[in-house]
Amino acid sequence: MSERLVELEIFRYDPEQDETPRFQTYKVPYQDDWVVLDAINYIKDELDRTLSYRWSCHMAVCGSCGMVVNGEPVLACHTFLRDYPGKIRVEPLHNFPVERDLVVAMDDFIDKLGTVKPYIVAKEERDVDDGEYLQTPAELARFKQYTACINCLLCYSACPQYALTDSFVGPAALALAHRYNLDTRDEGRSAREDVVASNEGIWGCSFVGACSEVCPKSVDPAAAIQQTKIASTGDYFMKFLMPWKRK
Amino acid sequence: MDTINTDVAIVGAGGAGLRAAIAVAEADPSLSIALISKVYPMRSHTVAAEGGAAGVIKGNDSFDNHFHDTVAGGDWLCDQDAVDLFIHEAPRELTRIEHWGCPWSREPDGHVAVRPFGGMKVERTWYAADKTGFHLLHTLFQTSLKYSSIERFDEYYSTDLVVTDGRCHGVTAIEMRTGQVRFFRSKCVIIATGGAGRVFPFTTNGAIKTGDGMAMAYRAGVPLKDMEFVQYHPTGLPGTGILITEGSRGEGGILVNKDGYRYLQDYNLGPPDPWPRKKAMELGPRDRLSQAFWHEQKKGRTIATDYGDVVHLDLRHLGEAKINERLPMVRELSISYAGVDPVHDPIPVRPVVHYTMGGIDTDIDTATCVEGLYAAGECACVSINGANRLGSNSLTELLVFGARAGEGAARLALSGVAEVDQQQVLAAAGAAEDRVLQLFRKSDGAESVSGLRREMNDAMEAGAGIYRSADTLQACVDTLQQIRERYKDVLLADKSNVFNTDLVEALELGSMIDVAMAMAASALQRKESRGSHQRLDYTDRDDATYLKHSLAQYSAEDLPAIAYCDVRITRSQPAERVYGGAQE
Repeated sequence: MSERLVELEIFRYDPEQDETPRFQTYKVPYQDDWVVLDAINYIKDELDRTLSYRWSCHMAVCGSCGMVVNGEPVLACHTFLRDYPGKIRVEPLHNFPVERDLVVAMDDFIDKLGTVKPYIVAKEERDVDDGEYLQTPAELARFKQYTACINCLLCYSACPQYALTDSFVGPAALALAHRYNLDTRDEGRSAREDVVASNEGIWGCSFVGACSEVCPKSVDPAAAIQQTKIASTGDYFMKFLMPWKRK
Repeated sequence: MDTINTDVAIVGAGGAGLRAAIAVAEADPSLSIALISKVYPMRSHTVAAEGGAAGVIKGNDSFDNHFHDTVAGGDWLCDQDAVDLFIHEAPRELTRIEHWGCPWSREPDGHVAVRPFGGMKVERTWYAADKTGFHLLHTLFQTSLKYSSIERFDEYYSTDLVVTDGRCHGVTAIEMRTGQVRFFRSKCVIIATGGAGRVFPFTTNGAIKTGDGMAMAYRAGVPLKDMEFVQYHPTGLPGTGILITEGSRGEGGILVNKDGYRYLQDYNLGPPDPWPRKKAMELGPRDRLSQAFWHEQKKGRTIATDYGDVVHLDLRHLGEAKINERLPMVRELSISYAGVDPVHDPIPVRPVVHYTMGGIDTDIDTATCVEGLYAAGECACVSINGANRLGSNSLTELLVFGARAGEGAARLALSGVAEVDQQQVLAAAGAAEDRVLQLFRKSDGAESVSGLRREMNDAMEAGAGIYRSADTLQACVDTLQQIRERYKDVLLADKSNVFNTDLVEALELGSMIDVAMAMAASALQRKESRGSHQRLDYTDRDDATYLKHSLAQYSAEDLPAIAYCDVRITRSQPAERVYGGAQE
């Protein structure tokens, strides 16, 4: 295994010391199978203890290490150094306030997640003694893809609509609302409607599709939003035709 | 120092912490809950569990089966009353999670599907493809958003329990965004901080699994129980230690050595056919499989790689469709991190530190010896896992005992707590704040966090691995004592209040050194081989002396004192663990 040097330019900002952000360059010896996170961990352990960033699982499932690498929002633990021929520029996710260095404040996303009621809403709570709900593999397959979101926020970083107006509920939260709407155990679609089918919800999306391109888990939030638009339009007309039929 | 008053403080917001919070909220919506975690809930390491959660639900299975598999799997070190409670609650908790929306994989008729796991007589592992922990965690987190009484304090690093006169009055924590220490004054505290795999260098555990909650309870006077029992998972990717689920073998994957030979048949796990046979070969228990690797390596029958020796996990015969349906993450992880597509090539794997069977000593109700202090999940030792945890019992454990901790804490909070000397409590909280400030402000010192951490990791791997002996353990303990001394000389390079990970890592290292010491000292004292604790100098199980739980008692300067207490045996007397064809 060959050992080579890679140069990383890393976004630095400590609100206690820096008036404006700056970039700091580090040279890191690396191996072919290293990911960007390995290089950042090397910097932290060997070169500079003051660098702040989030990480944990190193297997692309905890969603902590979303960063912008050479302009693209990625998971640092799932992005290989060997795929970058030159210098690598690492920034915090776009469209969020920076707390420090590569750490962004995610309060806005967390608040929005709650507004779409991302849980089973049932008219009557089912008793545990009645056993599980039956759900066929085909019924599961309708929403399975939308359960795969790891809340890494890459889609918000890529979303041009969220960049313009941070009142936009955004890709991950809308995809999650769609996931519950499609679940045969759920009866909460109308309860989510106010937030989901609003100008800040699905109708705020201009269908650029950047969210789906950067999603590391192939959730395809853009498709979820378009499907919700269709369902919601149907609801709108059904309301006049069959007012008794609301989920 | 700001004080935040709450009825129940919960430290850790992974599976156990979230389940506990929901249990408190459901017990009485008037109870206030502070759910405190050093990471956002969905980052918690529950997220990385893959294969599934065990619970009896099918007609061909029985509670007795689950009981005996668990007790034998734990080499009779499990408390059998706790196991009985656990297996009976298991299907109820898994069903509850189903009602909350967990996307369990299904049979064609819509019922929840189950798969076989190691050491299991009958298949009973509920699964959501191979992302069960991920789905379970997100289902719990999303469901928790329903309850307005759960107030979250995300990215607060808890530093100390505030205990006076044998009672817990809350916990201090650093708000990472501001660096300020807060005192969460509460009627009770539940610790749900997970395991401590990071004391070892090669582990499936995420960076956050540093044993903070174990160390807090330990320093507060609660013994750490059975810490010598550390589980090596037999199949991790070399280099990264990324977990390749036991579900791969449950679905039919086989392990072969450099000659393509299914070597497990040489270790009392065969015969290799008919395959798959439950509790045999690749479906043996984790301790036996990891130990078999060690012997294969000694015999020179493993495969050398840049990241150490490996064997091959072969899934090719399952075919692409089944791999995609049942094991999509295994395929993705293998391609990304090992450069191997399991549809076409075998996956290189080696044993990797995975789980701490030991933990905070609790009773069957999750209560500790400190009044008002509870613990649940991997950080706790009830004990249902004994000397070797059965695969897929841990996700169920955090539900069953997380709920139980929440219910117990709610009862205590509602029953009213006697008046205490407030000055004394505030003084204890103040002392906890001072400990952090001293570390933060210290301007001299020669040791760095990362350097010392590496030395601790190396000492644990060299001395307390799959096979141990008096020599290796004594050397390990000696090194740890020096490291603990040198830790006092740690100097932080980062002096910012804002998201100071140098400070947090220094505190984590302090926790890990204490936990590592408990592990090594307990292992040195246990002069027998049982489950995951294998001594080269004491190769047999010794029930006459060691059918007991070890209890490590913290000492600020010396090695922990190791005491023992009885294992609760109700209906299964210790016997030989039998796997493979010999069980028939």
